Amino acid sequence: MTGRGVVWLGSPPFPKAAREALKDGRLRANLKRATTTIRDKRLAVASELDDWEALRESAAAIKRRAARHLDRYLLQLEESVTAAGGTVHWAADADEANRIVTGLVSATGEREVVKVKSMATQEIGLNEHLAEAGITAYETDLAELIVQLGDDRPSHILVPAIHKNRGEIRDLFAAEMGSWGRPAPEGLTDEPAALAEAARLHLREKFLSAKVAVSGANFACADTGTVAVVESEGNGRMCLTLPDTLITVMGIEKVLPAFTDLEVFLQLLPRSSTGERMNPYTSLWTGTTPGDGPQAFHLVLLDNGRTDTLADEVGRQALACIRCSACLNVCPVYERTGGHAYGSVYPGPIGAVLTPQLVGIEQTASLPFASTLCGACYDACPVKINIPEVLTHLRAEAVAAKGRSAEALAMKAAAAVLDSPRLLGAAQKAAALGGRALARGGHIGRLPGPLHGWSDSRDTPAPAAESFRTWWRKNRENR
Amino acid sequence: MRIALFITCFNDTVFPGTGRAVVDVLERLGHRVDFPQEQTCCGQMHFNTGYRPEAVPLVERFARVFGEYDAVVTPSASCAGMVRDNHPVLAEEHGSARLRTDVPKLVPRVHEFTEFLVDVLGVTDVGAAFPHRVAYHPTCHSLRGLRLGDRPQRLLKAVKDLDLVDIPAADSCCGFGGTFAVKNADTSAAMLADKMRGVVDSGAEVLCAADNSCLLHIGGGLSREGSGVRTMHLAEILAATEGGPR
Repeated sequence: MTGRGVVWLGSPPFPKAAREALKDGRLRANLKRATTTIRDKRLAVASELDDWEALRESAAAIKRRAARHLDRYLLQLEESVTAAGGTVHWAADADEANRIVTGLVSATGEREVVKVKSMATQEIGLNEHLAEAGITAYETDLAELIVQLGDDRPSHILVPAIHKNRGEIRDLFAAEMGSWGRPAPEGLTDEPAALAEAARLHLREKFLSAKVAVSGANFACADTGTVAVVESEGNGRMCLTLPDTLITVMGIEKVLPAFTDLEVFLQLLPRSSTGERMNPYTSLWTGTTPGDGPQAFHLVLLDNGRTDTLADEVGRQALACIRCSACLNVCPVYERTGGHAYGSVYPGPIGAVLTPQLVGIEQTASLPFASTLCGACYDACPVKINIPEVLTHLRAEAVAAKGRSAEALAMKAAAAVLDSPRLLGAAQKAAALGGRALARGGHIGRLPGPLHGWSDSRDTPAPAAESFRTWWRKNRENR
Repeated sequence: MRIALFITCFNDTVFPGTGRAVVDVLERLGHRVDFPQEQTCCGQMHFNTGYRPEAVPLVERFARVFGEYDAVVTPSASCAGMVRDNHPVLAEEHGSARLRTDVPKLVPRVHEFTEFLVDVLGVTDVGAAFPHRVAYHPTCHSLRGLRLGDRPQRLLKAVKDLDLVDIPAADSCCGFGGTFAVKNADTSAAMLADKMRGVVDSGAEVLCAADNSCLLHIGGGLSREGSGVRTMHLAEILAATEGGPR
């Protein structure tokens, strides 16, 4: 499937990428510290609301309604935005969206754009596409700036540079800021305030000179045409108000039926993402306003696999995602491997269910298996996406897509044995004999074939000499 | 009340002592337990690994074997969760009309062992004694699947001479995840390492849980490390009396 972006081509399957990531002690320490902190903050601000569960339920219901009538709400959104002075563009896939945005920027004659942090533009690889057309995109979110300066990849939806600690960031700022604009101050330390000030000085130049901004959208209200961006740093507010032209790229699933629905989501999103009661900056705009803010507003509605996802009755719930990243922060797998192992702009549990649906299961077959199905993501999700349910659903798709394999044969054989008490009893006797032959001191050391991954770090008890069913027959059956 | 024990294929083969413990406790409380011999497996491994059609005959067998009982008790939170959450899904997706009616009728009568003791029998003190320092690991299926809450701890606190200690970050997954432990062995081992550190730091002599599968994983690691901490199913602790462990 070409033209959709989302995944980084050439990324190895999850288990292999994870193995490399797990060796990085500094990454493990950075991730553990960051996810534990944010996890505790989220829990504290979520549990202080008596109606948290009702809010989650409302959000899920609103998202279900938006998805059920997506066609209607999108047309209504187009009408509202157009009536308010904006222009709506429809993009079937990443290629089309990139062409539209590049065309819009080129038409202004500008060669530079400032960007608000946006998953949709990450997904379509917009920056790379703009670069090919000779247009430089400057990321203005602090973490996105860190990723861009380091020629790196984001590893978290909300905190793309979560894999970097402040020492690494200091070195990066000192080395790279100069080649993108204003250099870092002399003698920059790794104090958070000093790093923030260096970024502020570096970015201020861009805000004041840029004529074109590109953003994503957290929400768009069909009834009013109002678009919302929720952020913490104020860079978004700068980009959304100072330039002459604003281009917003938004996945079609972001549409909300009504402006009043924001009431629910603006309570859930900051608490779930940064663990704050309220985020510092919420920008809302409706089309254009003469003499105030951008005088040209373009809204690019991006499908890129979303309509296909909507057609899947189980998988479609992933479209309710509001990109808060609570699932990443509570995921025990993500906490160990970090985001790069997922090979996608959407890492973590939500990525494991979203990426395969957006780009197809064939090239992402390992992702639905990158979970223990522990359910922490489902509990944390503010819109109640049952991620474990979608994961097992996609596992079945992955197995069906793969067809014949050694594993499939073994699973079929196991199913036949398990559907017969007689065969199961025989297998238990064989396992008891074989196990005792292999065991030393009641434990089996190294196991053969793919099972060595298990036995490399664990002893396995030998199967019992007498199964429960045998014991029962001897001791209870004829009482 | 006609009570059937669903031992699970895994306990039947590797941990028969857990099944004997369940029988002991229930008989000590004055109940008679049946073990329908045609029972085998709930299909969890097949379902969770993506082999749904292969799991369907096991769902049919489960409904057939246990359909007549008033209560089905199992010492496995994950197998109870499989029956409760996923048998209805498989019946809907692949089952006959009969299975689609039988499964939803049976599901409410299937209980994990601690649920059965606390909710159905209304017992927390089962007359056990176990003079050891014990930590309880709330497995993911116990905690977030079945929502067992503090039922296991209430049962453990009523055990004579038992010293219950907490493990740090108890609610985080141990990294087992069934075939996850094989398919993603390195990540599983990394999660296991953190869990073991917590268990050892707790000072427990014994780690217990409502599921032997997670205990196989954690216990296998603790044994390899020579930690000296042993793992036991919760039922085996509840079966122990002042005469000593069985």
